[in-house]
Amino acid sequence: MVTYFFRRLLGAIPTIFLIILISFFLIRLAPGGPFDFDRTLAPEIQANLNAQYHLDKPVYVQFGYYFLDIVQGDFGPSFQYKNYTVTELIVQGFPVSLQLGLSAMLLALLIGVAAGMFAAYKQNTRLDHLVMTLSMTGISIPNFVVAPLLILIFAIGVSLLPAGGWNNGAIQNQILPIITLALPLIAYIARISRSSMIEVLRMPYIRTAYSKGLPSFYIVTRHALKPTLLPVISYLGPAIAGLITGSVVVEQIYGIPGLGRYFIQGALNRDYTLVMGVVVFYGILIIALNLIVDLLYGWLDPQIRLHGRSNVR
Amino acid sequence: MSGDIDSTILFEGPVESTGRRVWLRLKQNRAALVSMSLIMVVIVAALIGPMLSSYSIDDIDYDAIAVAPSISNGHLFGTDGLGRDLFVRTMEGSRISLLIGVVATLVSLLIGIHYGAIAGYYGGRVDAVMMRIVDILYSMPFMFFVILLMVFFGRNIFLIFIAIGAINWLDIARIVRGQTLSLKQQGYVEAARIYGASHWQIIKRHIIPNLFGIVIVYITLTIPQVILVESFLSFLGLGIQEPMTSLGALVSDGAEEMESSSWMLIFPALFLSLLLFCFNFIGDGLRDAIDPKQAD
Repeated sequence: MVTYFFRRLLGAIPTIFLIILISFFLIRLAPGGPFDFDRTLAPEIQANLNAQYHLDKPVYVQFGYYFLDIVQGDFGPSFQYKNYTVTELIVQGFPVSLQLGLSAMLLALLIGVAAGMFAAYKQNTRLDHLVMTLSMTGISIPNFVVAPLLILIFAIGVSLLPAGGWNNGAIQNQILPIITLALPLIAYIARISRSSMIEVLRMPYIRTAYSKGLPSFYIVTRHALKPTLLPVISYLGPAIAGLITGSVVVEQIYGIPGLGRYFIQGALNRDYTLVMGVVVFYGILIIALNLIVDLLYGWLDPQIRLHGRSNVR
Repeated sequence: MSGDIDSTILFEGPVESTGRRVWLRLKQNRAALVSMSLIMVVIVAALIGPMLSSYSIDDIDYDAIAVAPSISNGHLFGTDGLGRDLFVRTMEGSRISLLIGVVATLVSLLIGIHYGAIAGYYGGRVDAVMMRIVDILYSMPFMFFVILLMVFFGRNIFLIFIAIGAINWLDIARIVRGQTLSLKQQGYVEAARIYGASHWQIIKRHIIPNLFGIVIVYITLTIPQVILVESFLSFLGLGIQEPMTSLGALVSDGAEEMESSSWMLIFPALFLSLLLFCFNFIGDGLRDAIDPKQAD
């Protein structure tokens, strides 16, 4: 297990390097620099600005500076938010995004697994079809459609909840964003756990448990739950990526000062350092989280501890 | 050696063809059938709808700015804040969304099939490395990279095609690789190898053509994903630019005006959801029909 962990950790390093490299060069390829103003600057000022941000050096030197800074946790100053460094913006925005993302993930796991297992247990009944149709709806309706509709209904229609804003994380401000983020996840998790559960219920040991006369509820929760969760856990990696992508839209629509919102603002303003910083930050975060997911998977499924993950797929 | 001769003999026999069997099974899936007819309706509407209307996509009707849907003034879906006919714009938007869906899906097929076939065919270390890369890419928030691309290279429609296609090949690569692993064990691949066919020839002539069935399924499942990505970008203002429009851009416009004029949101949102919903149902139905083992 320990070797497995370190092997995965070692594998993560080139990936992180690659992310930094790709995002760096993608941004360099962009037409238009951060100091292209409508009004042309005096050449000396332009040169000073370029020197300040190392823009006068060759590209590989720029990359070297950038890489060294990142290793020290310094993403540089934001080009647009003049008084902030990118690290400060990340420290400001990320906790907000994290809070929403975590809540959405927990909600999705609870409801999704329960709904999926329920549908599998009632396989091919009307209830099963209902759950599956609902989950297909959840997958099909994009979050940027769900969000305005929720606002239309709950904020404008019955004015029960605020239409947006963060309000220092007041509960009523969080409800709609969390629901919006969680809906597609619930749908995917329900489908995954349903088909996984169907397979598990066919296993001989489940039949044995039934023939021993154990109550169904006991069998489902004690014998079927853990193996059913395996595919759900391997879906957590893509789910995290989906949550982060979703947070961009959700934060934009509900006007929440999270990291996703800074990212879009940065992208629209050509704020090189901010955009790169966010991409690299999220890249590293995702790799770390995937490592945890893998370890969790190994803990749940002893086969993997011995053979590595690829044998199971 | 050409495989064509063999296949004609095979398909002329009394044995039911795979295609027919799949179709028979698909016909029993009511959700998929309804979805197919709905998609047909949307496609036809998107193609000829704008021609039937007396307005064009950027015609401004100064007498009807932000009016609600009505039959009497000819604006079936109402107009937007600039007085443009929302029916025409929704149809044009559906057309662009569908077009992007198809083209970007083809791009992703091209990449995914080759990548997966190569990984599966060569196996061993090549496979391990290639699939590890897919695993890593899988967990990336790819939308971020597309957004980066959009920011640098302007919001060119062709770039959108390619960028979206280039990020959506992962699923296909995975599925194709799995299929290839079993295909390469088949007798005819061995036969081709005995005849001296090169690896590349075998992949091209014997592996890829046999992936057809599974690829059809993934086409129907990738199209909605692609449409979704495009609308996501357009929603954020990074996709299709005025005066052209897509469903995502229309939803975005509508969301801003929804408090006073909810029809601006509701019609495009309805069409977008309908398209995604139907494609997903068809893909699901097809997958079940092709591989009944997976279905239940």
